[in-house]
Amino acid sequence: MQFMLLFSRQGKLRLQKWYVPLSDKERKKISRDLVQTILARKPKMCSFLEWRDLKIVYKRYASLYFCCAVEDQDNELITLEIIHRYVELLDKYFGSVCELDIIFNFEKAYFILDEFLLGGEAQETSKKNVLKAIEQADLLQEVRIFLYHQIHLL
Amino acid sequence: MALKIVKGSIDRMFDKNLQDLVRGIRNHKEDEAKYISTCIDEIKQELKQDNIAVKANAVCKLTYLQMLGYDVSWAAFNIVEVMSSSKFTYKRIGYLAASQCFHESTDVIMLTTNQIRKDLSSPNQYDTGVALTGLSCFVTPDLARDLANDIMTLMSHTKPYIRKKAVLIMYKVFLKYPESLRPAFPRLKEKLEDPDPGVQSAAVNVICELARRNPKNYLSLAPLFFKLMTSSTNNWVLIKIIKLFGALTPLEPRLGKKLIEPLTNLIHSTSAMSLLYECVNTVYIDVNTPPLPSLSLSLCLYLSLPPQLCVQKLRILIEDSDQNLKYLGLLAMSKILKTHPKSVQSHKDLILQCLDDKDESIRLRALDLLYGMVSKKNLMEIVKKLMLHVDKAEGTTYRDELLTKIIDICSQSNYQYITNFEWYISILVELTRLEGTRHGHLIASQMLDVAIRVKAIRGFAVAQMATLLDNAHLLTGNMQRMGICEVLYAAAWICGEFSEHLENPMQTLEAMLRPKVATLPGHIQAVYVQNAAKLFATVLKSQEGNTDSTAAQETSQLMIDRLPLFVQSANLEVQERASCILQLVKYIQKLQQKDVEVAEEVSALFAGELNPVAPKAQKKVPVPEGLDLDSWINEPPSESESEDEQPKAIFAKEEPKHSRPRREEVDEKELAKRREARKQEQANNPFYIKASPSSQKVYQEAPGVEHIPVVQIDLSVPLKVPGLPMSDQYVKLEEERRQKERAEKKKKEKKKRKEKRSGRGKKHDSGPESEEDITPAHQVDIVTEEMPEWSIITSYIFIKTKSYCVTVHVCSSRPLADSEKLPVRSHRAAEAPKSPTEDGDATSQEPKKKSSKEKREKKKDKDRDRKVRISTGLFLCLLGNHSHLILVSSGLPGINKCIQKSKLVFCFLPLTKVYDIQGNLQDGSQVVVSVIFENKCDSFLKSMEFNVLDSLNSKLQRPEGSGPHDGLTVPFQLPPGVSNEARFVFTVQSIIMPQKLKGTLTFIVKNEDSSTHEKLDFKLHFTCTSYLITTPCYSDAFAKLLESGDLKCSSVRLEGVNMPFHHLLARICFHHHFSVVERIDSCASMYSRSIQGHHVCLLVKTVSIDAKCDEPTLLGNVLDEIKQTFSQC
Repeated sequence: MQFMLLFSRQGKLRLQKWYVPLSDKERKKISRDLVQTILARKPKMCSFLEWRDLKIVYKRYASLYFCCAVEDQDNELITLEIIHRYVELLDKYFGSVCELDIIFNFEKAYFILDEFLLGGEAQETSKKNVLKAIEQADLLQEVRIFLYHQIHLL
Repeated sequence: MALKIVKGSIDRMFDKNLQDLVRGIRNHKEDEAKYISTCIDEIKQELKQDNIAVKANAVCKLTYLQMLGYDVSWAAFNIVEVMSSSKFTYKRIGYLAASQCFHESTDVIMLTTNQIRKDLSSPNQYDTGVALTGLSCFVTPDLARDLANDIMTLMSHTKPYIRKKAVLIMYKVFLKYPESLRPAFPRLKEKLEDPDPGVQSAAVNVICELARRNPKNYLSLAPLFFKLMTSSTNNWVLIKIIKLFGALTPLEPRLGKKLIEPLTNLIHSTSAMSLLYECVNTVYIDVNTPPLPSLSLSLCLYLSLPPQLCVQKLRILIEDSDQNLKYLGLLAMSKILKTHPKSVQSHKDLILQCLDDKDESIRLRALDLLYGMVSKKNLMEIVKKLMLHVDKAEGTTYRDELLTKIIDICSQSNYQYITNFEWYISILVELTRLEGTRHGHLIASQMLDVAIRVKAIRGFAVAQMATLLDNAHLLTGNMQRMGICEVLYAAAWICGEFSEHLENPMQTLEAMLRPKVATLPGHIQAVYVQNAAKLFATVLKSQEGNTDSTAAQETSQLMIDRLPLFVQSANLEVQERASCILQLVKYIQKLQQKDVEVAEEVSALFAGELNPVAPKAQKKVPVPEGLDLDSWINEPPSESESEDEQPKAIFAKEEPKHSRPRREEVDEKELAKRREARKQEQANNPFYIKASPSSQKVYQEAPGVEHIPVVQIDLSVPLKVPGLPMSDQYVKLEEERRQKERAEKKKKEKKKRKEKRSGRGKKHDSGPESEEDITPAHQVDIVTEEMPEWSIITSYIFIKTKSYCVTVHVCSSRPLADSEKLPVRSHRAAEAPKSPTEDGDATSQEPKKKSSKEKREKKKDKDRDRKVRISTGLFLCLLGNHSHLILVSSGLPGINKCIQKSKLVFCFLPLTKVYDIQGNLQDGSQVVVSVIFENKCDSFLKSMEFNVLDSLNSKLQRPEGSGPHDGLTVPFQLPPGVSNEARFVFTVQSIIMPQKLKGTLTFIVKNEDSSTHEKLDFKLHFTCTSYLITTPCYSDAFAKLLESGDLKCSSVRLEGVNMPFHHLLARICFHHHFSVVERIDSCASMYSRSIQGHHVCLLVKTVSIDAKCDEPTLLGNVLDEIKQTFSQC
């Protein structure tokens, strides 16, 4: 996987994770272009598109778009599965996750992602193990999560 | 201590934390930038404090701002500070910030090396984990080099949590610092068998990614992965393993065989679509596509699981209601289509259904697939469906996409699938009714292309175009349709150029001169004006034939009345053309008033015909002797315009150049001589398009085309563009035509069978209609077989020439296929006086047998003559192991009569070599081919030119200065009944393999009244035997040679050979150029040497031959040839 982006229906970036070294300028350009392309697609369209030399896999959960860029030989369906699993992890961690949870606890969202994917590859396929690792790590610090039960993603 | 904590939280209470920042930004929607700049100022202040908690909080906020697009690179050092905090809470935030903000050019990264190393070896696994995660995002080559060893140690950490991360991050390290791969690989391999499944899957991941980049280093791991594949149940891992095998199998085809079973099982059993998709993709796509396309064949053989299985599974995907699966199914299908078109084509219905999908990306995928699925049989049906969609399509982009696809589909590979061009023209005409399309020029260029290249269609095309011109107002009606008015360009040009086909040229002329035309774009008007002039010429011609001269004058008047409108045009081109033509017409009118016949002269302005010429053709025209193109004729002007080497224009009119008489100084005789020479040169040059009597046949319509009724033009229907045919009716007509053809073919076949009686040939049954059976109703005017380069040329230049003899020479059928070649053997020594035959030897022993053989021979000859009559094209037969070659020619249908009597005999003498060679490669690489040309027909043969298509290994030696494709002139002519010998020298590099070279002999057959150009294709067979030279050898030298141990051994059994032993030896000596070294009873040793000095030794017994040679490949081939010799007795 080359990168993962989370953005809202208004095109606001909520999370970005880059697994390839790119300058800030390139990153900005790519995310701007891609967000526009995806938001322009109709709701009933399929989740894949070919974009430059990459394959883009995206899925919309409530008001939030999850979007991954993978290489040509990668499997689209498993990428979709990765996205879904990440959403499930967020859901389990925050308990009925909504967009605001991610906005206000964005560092937590990153920590979860980092336990799940490493260098663009899935490192742990068991949801239980990921959550366990996060909980253990959280025990080491003073946990303060603000929960915003608003529109749930799942 | 407790106080410190309290102080920390009090500080925090006063500082703005991340949540406050986010909330603040959300509350300042209107002046966000201003708010953030104050926040950044605050953060700068916070970063100056000593309290690490405050710093961490500031860094956390910065990470958020970075995501929003603000530059935070100035805080890089502070991030490093937070990273090095001893507290996990802050360390975590520091690493997160670093992984988000750092990249390769961040210079503070080099300060982090030691800190990271410390964290990696921390006793707290989460410190290590956080460091590894961060590192995976910002690892640089320097970091990779310095830390590779530490990470490698972590791969054996006691905690699987760390091992897993360390293994995964090694991939990033390998990418940045490839030298680390070799030392780390053994440990990575160990991890494939790690007790923890997570670590195992991480190792599979890394190796799979590595193998994608360079598969061949990982072949040795195949057995291990195979074991994993059959034992693992984790779909994530399985997908990676299958991907890995997809990369490995092209390098090791045997793997494919092993994979069938597990893959088939997976395909059948898995419920995970992602896994199924991966299996299908890997088996049929990754493995079957290049880099090694030849493997696809072997894999198909190995993979006994039929493509149908995969296609069936894909069908399930496509039929699924989930858009994603549908899309992927189509995507995979289009990949399979490349390798197994047949199995996909049966799902045409499904693909067509997808055109109705509401998702545009799915529709576009389906269109892509359709492009590859059309055949002669289903083209009309598919295009009909597409036309329906064109009508339904709501968005212009999608409709335009449909339009281009329709044209792409129809015109692909030179209109290969179009059997009826009237249908195609009507499709094009229907497409012009599309509103607001941007692709008018595309339709226009198709119309032009078809009308020019398919001569038989011109009449129909012109009628259609005339209707279009008549109804031009429908096309130009509103401004939205401006794109489509491009087709009027094509319509005007076609009507003008082929005006002789017009039924009512006057009406068209009037349509072209309507005042409304002036609203069209300039370039179209220009074409209108020019072609109005052409039409004018045609009209005059028809009207002058009548007694009534007023009609002609009225036409002129019409021109004079209407043209001034164009003379006033703002467009220069239109203006110029119009004023030229206006003056011309005025002059004509003057002449008409004096009752002078002008039609002939006016039409001479536009006389001549368009003929296709390859874009490179000009380069092939030889420069006449004595002409130096580089020398200046006049002193160069100061600023010379550069001329395009290749004319860009599609249509260039060329004045006949060489008809103009030369200067008087050259005497008439010399002139005639030169002219003759040039004509001959042109005739002999294969790149010149030759006149041939068969040219009329080229466009002959296939039987059945006359049954297509001309569409009635119904002018009473106002709303539809009148007279435009509905393409649908052609679908029906075409079906009828094919049925008729099939019926006729069956009749013929029956007849043939009756004639044949003896079932010697395995004629295949004409079962269900196959692709080849559908003959097109019209021929596209292109030559693909004559010149190899032509097949790849996509655009043509058409040059109007009058005096050059140019018509396209088309073989109306391909040369006979191998199976149809006649196995003719010739033993007629008389025909080949130069070749010593040993048949005499054989026949004197068995005179009776010989006579029966002769009879057989005669019968075969008869057969052959009959074959010649039914076949067109040229073929040759090869005389197996005999080193000569007999070439039988037949001709094009038009000159069959002459050819029946003419038999051209080439004798291919045993190859002789020029010099004695002693391992000298220079000489050892030359072989001389003697060819005896015998003229067996009644005509005079001359200007023979011998040409061979060089291979990498063998090249015909040509005189210096000639190109690699030039032919060699045979230095004599052949009166009837005369034979002569010519020698050609070939350079051969490797002699260890037999070779076949394709060649052509072109010559002129001259009768009293006519001369025709002929072409004969042949193949030269360089057997390995022909590279051997009979060399005597003494028995002691022979024994030494065998003892030397340098020779490889091989043997062959001679089965079913029952001839006296001395005959057997004689045959080997004669046919294969061996000499007997020693013979003891029924055992003999023989020796020969190749022209490159290979020793070949044989020990011949009655039933088998043992052989030794220093070149095993050569030996194998020689033995094969010997075996063949005996299998034919």
